[in-house]
Amino acid sequence: MADSSFKQPIAATAPKPRGATSGFQWGKWLLVAFVFGFLGLILLVPALNVFVQAFKGGLPGLLDTFTSKFFLHAVKLTVITAAITVPLNTVFGLCAALSLANKNFPGRSLLISIIDLPFSISPVVAGLMLVLLFGNRGWFGPLLDANGIKIIFALPGIVMASIFITMPFIAREVLPALEEAGTQQEEAAATLGATQWQTFWRVTLPSIKWSLLYGLILTNARTMGEFGAVTVVSGNIVGKTQTLPLFIEEAHTQYNSQGAYTAALLLACLAVVTLVLKYLLERSAGIKSKGH
Amino acid sequence: MTSSPPSSSPGFWHQILHAPWTWRVTWFYLTLFLFLPMAALVLKALTLNPAEIWRIATDPVAISTYNVTFFTALVASIINGFAGLIIAWVLVRYEFPGKRFLDAIIDLPFALPTAVAGLTLSTIYSSNGLIGSFLDPFGIKVSFTRLGVLVAMIFIALPFSVRTVQPVLQDMESEMEEAAWSMGASQWQTFLRVILPPLMPAILTGVAMGFSRAVGEYGSVVIIAGNIPFQDLIAPVLIIQRLEQFDYAGATVIGTVLLLISLSALLVINLIQARGRRFYG
Repeated sequence: MADSSFKQPIAATAPKPRGATSGFQWGKWLLVAFVFGFLGLILLVPALNVFVQAFKGGLPGLLDTFTSKFFLHAVKLTVITAAITVPLNTVFGLCAALSLANKNFPGRSLLISIIDLPFSISPVVAGLMLVLLFGNRGWFGPLLDANGIKIIFALPGIVMASIFITMPFIAREVLPALEEAGTQQEEAAATLGATQWQTFWRVTLPSIKWSLLYGLILTNARTMGEFGAVTVVSGNIVGKTQTLPLFIEEAHTQYNSQGAYTAALLLACLAVVTLVLKYLLERSAGIKSKGH
Repeated sequence: MTSSPPSSSPGFWHQILHAPWTWRVTWFYLTLFLFLPMAALVLKALTLNPAEIWRIATDPVAISTYNVTFFTALVASIINGFAGLIIAWVLVRYEFPGKRFLDAIIDLPFALPTAVAGLTLSTIYSSNGLIGSFLDPFGIKVSFTRLGVLVAMIFIALPFSVRTVQPVLQDMESEMEEAAWSMGASQWQTFLRVILPPLMPAILTGVAMGFSRAVGEYGSVVIIAGNIPFQDLIAPVLIIQRLEQFDYAGATVIGTVLLLISLSALLVINLIQARGRRFYG
């Protein structure tokens, strides 16, 4: 692979622009073909297949699922979960980033690693932790039972699982933006008599708004699509604790291909919107994508 | 745990006095939603006696799930390491139609819910699917086999391998390459001696991150695999099966094994990055 990539290399003498050498560049086009082939088989064809399969039954097939009671409930539950999770994680992410940015103290990088921890923990293990904590045989099980509070197999459990999984997104997007913005403007605002809130709204927030939006988008996409952690804590009760990803799995195991792909279509559209917004943000705000 | 960490710099204390509530919110949130659940798992594991833990952890079904999970995740992340390097190379060094589009869809696995990925991959790679039907005559079955687990893991871990290498390649100066060239190094030598070494930390980080993600993956794998013990049952699915049988001890032990592996992978990533910074920073 490396060999062929150098078929038409940068000229040894004059620094010509890359790829501007004459003749057909076999190495280059072989590699480009490989990339198209690999991404086609792994990403593109599977992604397009969602749309093809969803429209296989035509409009009636789609409408059939769209009007089904359980499908609508799954959509509702997914939206409610995101509506609770995203704001809570936004507050946390902003607080964590503000506490860490432009400061130097022992254990700072350890704290950053701790905030990143949920990315390294299997979603199923995260769900398991919540079951061990709040399930009826868990540490707080008897206490919750006595007070008639239900966390596992109910909305609070689904929300806590989603919070756990998406906790790092906003902090890790906002932190670099805060570092880049520096503290001079904030200090200037404070000297001029601005209150903390005024400084935050008028100075800090405008400088991090794109990174924050980026973090929000990622948090929302992951929350709405979270499957592993939610499976463990939700109990997957149809019409009660079934979110869209769980609806897909159940429809799939019951050979309800149309139902599964209709739900998948909705989530795939969410993914497309996420990618487009991500692309636009990267272009307009110069945010670089990282490995998450 | 709720107080601020110690510091010697006066500026830090000044900051603390100015905005203590962000600290309090951060630590409260971390305690409630991260430390407490993690403590629940560790405490539960500690209530079991060591002989019991060992018996559950080394149960033949459990061993076979580690085997499938870790081996397949390793193969997937190594394949992604190579593919990711080529993709990053092509995206950074070449101009071609559709480049921006390709660059944008690399992140698809981060944006597409894993249930959707598993669903569509299992359809396409089934023996009568769009791609699977081409493989079927050769006796290659993907959906409902370990190969299916591999495909799902390659899918979900791919962006890590591309996105870690891409920025390093972008920042790489071409002078070294040109110097190696003008001094008569072959293409292969230039690649191995000049281009590859500074990329290595990024490649390894991508492989480790992809491995870590693939080991923990549940959604896409559970749908494309047959989930048959000793064949393609992965550890996260076994945890869920144990929980469904109300075998909390079994779920806890296997969950702890997975957690320890994830934390080790995290440590390795940090070491690679620290090393990379020291040598090439």
